Amino acid sequence: MSTPAAPGVPGGDDSTTTHRSIALDDVVAGALFVVMGLGFAIGALGYDLGTAFKMGPGYVPLVLGAVLTLLGASLVGTGLIRRDRSEDEADVAPGDVPWRAIVLITAAVLIFGAGIEPLGIVPILLVTTFVAAIADRRTTLRDAALITVGLTVLCVLVFVVLLQLRLPLLGPWLGG
Amino acid sequence: MDLSDLALGLEIALSPTNVLVCLIGVALGTAVGVLPGIGPTATVALLLPITFNFDPTASLIMLAGIYYGAQYGGSTTAILINIPGESSAAVTALDGHEMAKQGRAGPALATAALGSFFAGTVATVLVALFAPPLSSAALEFGAAEYFSLVVLGLIASIVLASGSLLKALAMIVLGLLLGMVGQDIYTGTPRFTLGARELYDGIDFVALAVGLFGIAEILRTIAGGATRAVKVEKASRVWLSREEFGQIAKPVFRGTAMGSALGVLPGAGHVLASFTSYSVEKRLSKHPERFGKGAIEGVAGPESANNAAAQTSFIPLLTLGLPTHPVMALLIGAFIIQGIQPGPDVINAEPELFWGLIASFWVGNLLLVLLNLPLIGLWVRMLKVPYRVLFPAIVAFSTIGCYSLNLNSFDVFAIAAFGLLGYVLIRVGCEPVPLLLGFILGPLLEENLRRAMIISRGDPTTFVTRPISLTLLLIALAAFVVAVLPAIRRRRDEVFVEED
Repeated sequence: MSTPAAPGVPGGDDSTTTHRSIALDDVVAGALFVVMGLGFAIGALGYDLGTAFKMGPGYVPLVLGAVLTLLGASLVGTGLIRRDRSEDEADVAPGDVPWRAIVLITAAVLIFGAGIEPLGIVPILLVTTFVAAIADRRTTLRDAALITVGLTVLCVLVFVVLLQLRLPLLGPWLGG
Repeated sequence: MDLSDLALGLEIALSPTNVLVCLIGVALGTAVGVLPGIGPTATVALLLPITFNFDPTASLIMLAGIYYGAQYGGSTTAILINIPGESSAAVTALDGHEMAKQGRAGPALATAALGSFFAGTVATVLVALFAPPLSSAALEFGAAEYFSLVVLGLIASIVLASGSLLKALAMIVLGLLLGMVGQDIYTGTPRFTLGARELYDGIDFVALAVGLFGIAEILRTIAGGATRAVKVEKASRVWLSREEFGQIAKPVFRGTAMGSALGVLPGAGHVLASFTSYSVEKRLSKHPERFGKGAIEGVAGPESANNAAAQTSFIPLLTLGLPTHPVMALLIGAFIIQGIQPGPDVINAEPELFWGLIASFWVGNLLLVLLNLPLIGLWVRMLKVPYRVLFPAIVAFSTIGCYSLNLNSFDVFAIAAFGLLGYVLIRVGCEPVPLLLGFILGPLLEENLRRAMIISRGDPTTFVTRPISLTLLLIALAAFVVAVLPAIRRRRDEVFVEED
């Protein structure tokens, strides 16, 4: 909704709409749904299906997995033949994938998960927020350090002091 | 409605603890809601974990407070910096931001606050009036009726969604499937757990919510060039002149009426409410040309409608356990974590929670007016927090909040997984909201389908031979047909891009 759809402007302003083109986002989305649908459907075959009268644990997931596969397949189909794509804004342009942000933000979350128990909340927050902060390449190291310290203090205040969650400040690896 | 019920509710809502948690909720909700780029759904998802430290009533009162606060925060950003937190506040931005540019941000904010308060007060009474009879009607529902009701809720949620219908449908089905991960309710067979013991109880709801609405949104925002310079309009005189009061009175009444009615609809009733109110006000106005150029009626109507709808959308939640809005889906998750299955039983099984929560709506709305108008200077400062500070904070809050619930690292890893999945899906044009609704309603759908089939001895006609079930399915079918009719689709798209 946030992307303006340029109403009233006849097609042609956008280079991708001038020719009969493949709606890449539909094709990719459809393919994803097919893969996940098949995954669930095949997984469901491993459980007791039962009958329509007495459905087993596999029955409903099998049906839904098949439906998802079909929906995905029709998305791929419409994506391959669709001419007019003014309606969809989400173009897949491989160039502008924010790889740095994806890698660093995901890493920050994973590091938190892996380190919270052995390290405790203070050290792990320092690492997590720093890794997250540098995900924006415009953030300088000095700013990142400031953000890190500020957020760590804020989070400890909110979660440990105010909400009194039982999160050890230092974990067993650090003598906590 | 029995007056003593509402009295009981007020007594509970006005207890010092509950007023305090309501206040905290409203304040936190506003504070996070005004942060640019964080809409109400994300706000509620991020703050969800911190509410679980209280007893169920206090925790739900706090969550509801967060929700109104976040909505109000969304209107504030819409007016001051032209960034609506969610689609229903987009209408507010049309004239609200124009008013701000003309130096009338104060009156615009006051209009939003007072309109919302009035609408919230009326809608709270409506909830108290209509929830009990609906609850008792819903108690008569059997498995077949429940199944059809869930189908209706799911179908209705895509009718008003923007973008591709196929994608929305696929997202619902994917959500339903994700909701089935974990032990089967009838046989106890673990399903799709990939060998992880942690998944026996199903996918952690908080991890899913903060992954989709916290982490995935960060990636979307960073990709979209987040560090735009925000120009905040000044808010002077935060009150209304007598003339302005006269101008907003009728739009507020009409907005409240429309919002209350439309809020009950499954799907995006609140979005429809604010858009409808805006176009009605524009049509009724003697000077429609003023709309879009700072007409105060264009703020008063939609804001009232929006808030009334936010309130009445609790009716299907509390009586049927049916979420009509992504935030309601999050609230259902919160109910379940507290050990309460939302539905028609709540009113009898937990009268204190039920009436306390309803009465707290009114308290929350009052606190919102008392708190937000004087504090507007503080919120303006929060608006200026740069995104590069904000997103590490979102990462920290998501991870600590989610971890603190079960003290389990697995849930934190799940956040990363859903963040990535959510981002990929957003990139290919699939909005995450239908997935969340499907996830919440999946277990309900399956349980009732299977039970209905057992009761009917395997006869699927049970869904169309029982009158209530048939009616619900017919409405669902009608809604679906409406959604796929090309003429209506075009009009729907027009509504969403209107005066963008």
